[in-house]
Amino acid sequence: MRPFVLGAVAYDPKVVTIWDGFKEFFDARGLAFDYVLFHNYERQVRAHFAGVVDVAWNSPLAWIQADRVARGRGRRARAVAMRDTDCDLTSVVVVSADDGAQGALDLAGRRIGVGAGDSPQATLLPLWSLGRAGLDLAATTVVRHDVLLGKHGDHVGGERLAAQALLRGEVDAACILDGNLLTFAAEGTLPADRVRVIHTTPAYDHCNFTVLDGVDEAVVDHFTALLLGMSWDDPGVRRLMDLEGLRAWRPGRTSGYLALEAAVDRFGTLDAFLASM
Amino acid sequence: MSRPPARLDLGALSLARGGHLLLRKALLALPAGGTLEVVGADPELPVHARALARAWGAPFHPHDATVVLGAPVTPEGRWRGAVRSGAPGQVVAEPPATWGLAARGAAVEAGSPAFRFPWSRRDEVWTDEAGRLYLQAAAAQWDPVTAVPWATGFDLPDEVEDAVVQLMTYLVENEVAALLVPARFCAQVHPHFREIVQLLAIQAADEARHIEVFTRRALLRRPAPALSTAGGQASLQTLVEEPDFALASFLTSVLGEGSFLTLLRFLDHHAPDPVTAAVCRLAAQDEARHVAFGVAHLERHARLDPTLRLRLAAAVERRHDALRHTAGLNEEVFDALVVVAAGAWTPDALRRGWDAVVALQEEMDVGRRVRLRRLGFEEADAARLSGLHTRNFM
Ligand SMILES: [Fe+2]
Ligand SMILES: [Fe+2]
Repeated sequence: MRPFVLGAVAYDPKVVTIWDGFKEFFDARGLAFDYVLFHNYERQVRAHFAGVVDVAWNSPLAWIQADRVARGRGRRARAVAMRDTDCDLTSVVVVSADDGAQGALDLAGRRIGVGAGDSPQATLLPLWSLGRAGLDLAATTVVRHDVLLGKHGDHVGGERLAAQALLRGEVDAACILDGNLLTFAAEGTLPADRVRVIHTTPAYDHCNFTVLDGVDEAVVDHFTALLLGMSWDDPGVRRLMDLEGLRAWRPGRTSGYLALEAAVDRFGTLDAFLASM
Repeated sequence: MSRPPARLDLGALSLARGGHLLLRKALLALPAGGTLEVVGADPELPVHARALARAWGAPFHPHDATVVLGAPVTPEGRWRGAVRSGAPGQVVAEPPATWGLAARGAAVEAGSPAFRFPWSRRDEVWTDEAGRLYLQAAAAQWDPVTAVPWATGFDLPDEVEDAVVQLMTYLVENEVAALLVPARFCAQVHPHFREIVQLLAIQAADEARHIEVFTRRALLRRPAPALSTAGGQASLQTLVEEPDFALASFLTSVLGEGSFLTLLRFLDHHAPDPVTAAVCRLAAQDEARHVAFGVAHLERHARLDPTLRLRLAAAVERRHDALRHTAGLNEEVFDALVVVAAGAWTPDALRRGWDAVVALQEEMDVGRRVRLRRLGFEEADAARLSGLHTRNFM
């Protein structure tokens, strides 16, 4: 019998350690498990529809890609689980502490540093949110830091470059995930006294495990039950949960992707991909 | 009816500049189901509080000017299920591999990796003397540059200087063996036995200093060291390659360094110049500790395991057999000892030197027998085993 096959994007070498660990975890609990790594989310979504994988560990953007392709084909995509740390994130727009800008509108005509072009947290959501707050994006200069395109910003490098560009005065504002603001402050990339937050996006959700209709529901239930049963207090799985960055798994929800839906509609981010499917 | 939330006022302190410490402490103090209202002057407080709450697994509820957080899902954090690696002042019989590098008595997080330390049993490595010997060693470290009167003038006949250089050449390679043996076991003893690891480390450092000063003395008046012999190296090879901790310390520290202690005191006494005297005296001070450690832990080990003495005896016999076809102490070294003890290139002096070296070997034998007796060997066995000890001294 074919094992339950997961697809994941290799945004960092630790991804191998993570899924090797999960394979051991699932196998030991009676769920035959295997995984396939992809270079980019677009390849993963295509492979999902081609039946190569049963479940995809999708970025929020890949979730929308899968969801829209499914709808276009009369099929159905479903988010079955996510990390507690995938829920209710915000991104912030920061400027130099001595900059006069107080809010989104003050960035008119100025340079905005963002992460990779396909990063929800460091590019799509903050730009969309600034636009929604009334900023004329067409009258600004958006400076992208395209680190590892195709990985949808999973790699923090683009955000870090935007932060460094801000300190060097190459951009007037930088778009950063809320948690990375703390990380950059702690590591010295962006000292807390050097920058000021002038805009915060609405809360949004991040990755989820996506399945398509036609998957063996009993196996999906087994997979989900094992995930939700993982306890960070169990030293046997804590290492895996630490690597994957969570304290608890939660059932999937899709209400946290509305802002990103609006952003990709506004910027036409997925048009070419969807047309190619 | 729900309890009113606890309250934390951060004042002007940012959560990105140390305020997270206050927040975490306040969250951990919450009763089950309790909530914490956080206020402060930093306009970025809600942004940071949200990110921290998410990372800590704490519920987060934004309000206009304040935020409210719930208790983290895993309040005990990494302390949950952690085990104490014994007590600071007490060693256990068999520390688990998963205690790893932890300070003795630390709470070791569950799921910590297992290390492979071949010497993990108290009875095989421990002596209560180790802590005291380590502190003594730490206090007795001398500086090779300043502790020796390198600049003192002296005049030796060429033959005597050559003999000193030959002896230093021999001493250096013996010191290298004496460094490699503790260095190797230092990396193999379970760090739970902290004092043993410390003592082995400082012992290796002692030998490094011995190598330094003997090398300097060798090169003081000559451009290169003298002869290193195949027999000498074969004898030392059996020490360097001995994989068993007890056998290696027995052969190296008790018998080898024990004999060396006598040799270095002899050289201090008969040295023809003040530099040679000083380097040998300084090295001898350290060697006395090395011997004391070897005797102390083997004495304890032999008391707890009566079969140990049989293995020790067998090791001496095995080494003797292995070295039977080598030259033992080479002619060059023996003759150099005679010349150094003579101190002059005259018939009278050479006869005195010869007699002194014969007496030295008897003295070494007496010392070895005394130490063997301390390990519980009968007088006859001690005499026999001492006689089988390598003619290379070390
Ligand atoms: Fe030494
Ligand atoms: Fe020594």
